[in-house]
Amino acid sequence: MEKVKKTNHGKVAVTLSVIPGLGQIYNRQFLKGIVFLILTFSFIVVFKDILNIGYWGIVTLGEELPRDNSIFLLVYGIIAILLTIFGLGFFLFNLRDAYKNGKKRDLGIPLSTIKGQYHTLINEGFPYLMITPGFFLLIFVVILPIIFVLLLSFTNYNLYHQWPAKLVDWVGIENYLKLFTLDIWRNTFINVFSWTIIWTFGATTFQIALGVFLAVLINQKDLKGKAIIRTILILPWAVPAFVSILIFAGLFNESFGAINTTILHALGIGPIPWMTEAAWTRIALIFIQTWLGFPFIFAMVTGVLQAIPEELYEAATIDGANMWQKFRHITFPLILFATAPILITQYTFNFNNFNIIYLFNTGGPAISGQNAGGTDILISWIYNLTVTKQEYGMAAAITLILSTVVILVSLWQFRKTNAFKEEDIM
Amino acid sequence: MSIKRQKIIRLSLTYLVVMIMAVIIIYPILWVIGASMTPGTSLSSSSLIPKNPTWEHFKTIFNLEKSNYLIWYWNTLKISLITMVSSVIVISFTAYAFSRYQFIGRKHGLVTFLMLQMIPNFAALIAIFVLARAADLLDTHAGLILIYVGGAIPMNTWLMKGYLDSIPKELDESARMDGAGHMRIFIQIIMPLAKPIIAVVALFNFITPFTDFILAKVILRSPEKYTLAVGLYDLVSRQYGSEFTTFAAGSVLIAIPISILFLSFQKYFVTGLTAGGVKG
Repeated sequence: MEKVKKTNHGKVAVTLSVIPGLGQIYNRQFLKGIVFLILTFSFIVVFKDILNIGYWGIVTLGEELPRDNSIFLLVYGIIAILLTIFGLGFFLFNLRDAYKNGKKRDLGIPLSTIKGQYHTLINEGFPYLMITPGFFLLIFVVILPIIFVLLLSFTNYNLYHQWPAKLVDWVGIENYLKLFTLDIWRNTFINVFSWTIIWTFGATTFQIALGVFLAVLINQKDLKGKAIIRTILILPWAVPAFVSILIFAGLFNESFGAINTTILHALGIGPIPWMTEAAWTRIALIFIQTWLGFPFIFAMVTGVLQAIPEELYEAATIDGANMWQKFRHITFPLILFATAPILITQYTFNFNNFNIIYLFNTGGPAISGQNAGGTDILISWIYNLTVTKQEYGMAAAITLILSTVVILVSLWQFRKTNAFKEEDIM
Repeated sequence: MSIKRQKIIRLSLTYLVVMIMAVIIIYPILWVIGASMTPGTSLSSSSLIPKNPTWEHFKTIFNLEKSNYLIWYWNTLKISLITMVSSVIVISFTAYAFSRYQFIGRKHGLVTFLMLQMIPNFAALIAIFVLARAADLLDTHAGLILIYVGGAIPMNTWLMKGYLDSIPKELDESARMDGAGHMRIFIQIIMPLAKPIIAVVALFNFITPFTDFILAKVILRSPEKYTLAVGLYDLVSRQYGSEFTTFAAGSVLIAIPISILFLSFQKYFVTGLTAGGVKG
């Protein structure tokens, strides 16, 4: 008689689990059920207020001064959204658990006992336990700020709209429109963007070319004193970059820097306005970045060169290849193959190379008719807009455009590497 | 004969290039060492070697009453070391979970990390600045360290996961057969085998805070909390040139120990980088 009786535990458990825990209790997993109930209850009690304020705040951005600080309300709103996602995830997990165990009962499979549940918890819970610290750090330090910037770019938050004098409002895509329609913004954006591109390609290509050239040069078999030469060539990498940049700022200084007072003087060339004329500052910057960046490429390519089997060159010599042909058809392709991903990261690095631009001449010299300095790249412009001009909304909009560019380049790069194919991600 | 002559010309040209490069590399270094020993506060003499060399600037920066330099040095070392240790721990945990376990959200997590790794770290800059300003907090080293560690997670997790994937899974399985628990396998079997990648991650996460300027500049406000990068920048920019000799002494004392440290670990660093880069 028992066998004929149809049970419907799966469906009943799911329905009951609309209040998390009840389904589990129905499935006679009392420990789990009670834990779930307590979790749900405490979630509601603890987060009720922030959810309430958060959703109200993120929609209205505040209604009354000085009570409401729009920026805090925005942050509460983001936290409320994150909490909701988290809560929903738990809720779905609970429904699935209730249904799965109910189904097991329908099929007559015994459910795990309290001891069994404890073991499953330890076994299946272990990876979650491992990722928890990283997960929370990531949420609060990386994800929350990124969402914040994303939302900020759709507000008018700036010097004239801030607490306690004014509320901040949602303005839609006005910031983006301004960037492309208002003359001062459009001109600055175009100038800064094109210099960023020239800077990225100029500086990076120089440092790569010099690094590869020197590595091949020093790798000649009959060259004596390789060890000491390599140590010298790697020195600029060994000194922390911020120190070198500040030293170069001194060297290029117009009143006491050695470049003007000693070197150019000895060559009979008059002083050059390194810091006050944008074109000269740009040349100096590209020179310094080449100085700073080539040793890394040099060291890496040297490693690759030493791994190339000698037989390849011997075979080429027998076939009558000259030095250039050997380089062109053996050395160069091998270098490129082994280092391509890292070479591309060099371009993205310089695209975002705030340190050199800011430490050398704070993005200056100033230029009339635009609200960025003559050597400001996008990132240092964003920094200035945020820190000195307090144009937060605009800065956020530019950040988003900039991040999109960087992400697209990186995506293109990662599609080409194999690491992610193994995971079937792309 | 002509082959021999060709060789001589080739090698001479090579040495010539090396000489020029050596001068370009060493000149700024010698110049700053000279500047650090130039008497007075500003540079007026144009010779590389000062006429009356002095140690007064080194004495100044070692004098806690006259300069914050030692405090900045200590702050930087403290921040860098804590960042290094915490990120190695957090990243090993995360990478191990992603490498060895199947769990809900694993795949989405990996894709998220990949995307986050691509977003430049300054994307959060405005947020950090605005929140720091609005909440009037975060002039703390703890806040800075949290940001460094959090920012390091996506990229370094991928790096370490790639390495852990290459350690055969049979090792953990046989250990499990012998009754080892999860934590024991992780600490006693996997971690010792992962030493090379741990070294790379540790090095990355020491160097990043040590050389970072932008985040430290945004978060740290009071001079006694500065790191070296922010402090030295402050020293030169406050009144440009007038403190340059003191700055030069300060930078010599950073550059020399770091360079020696770096040159002795250099080989390791390069192999780690290329291995990580090629493997992903």
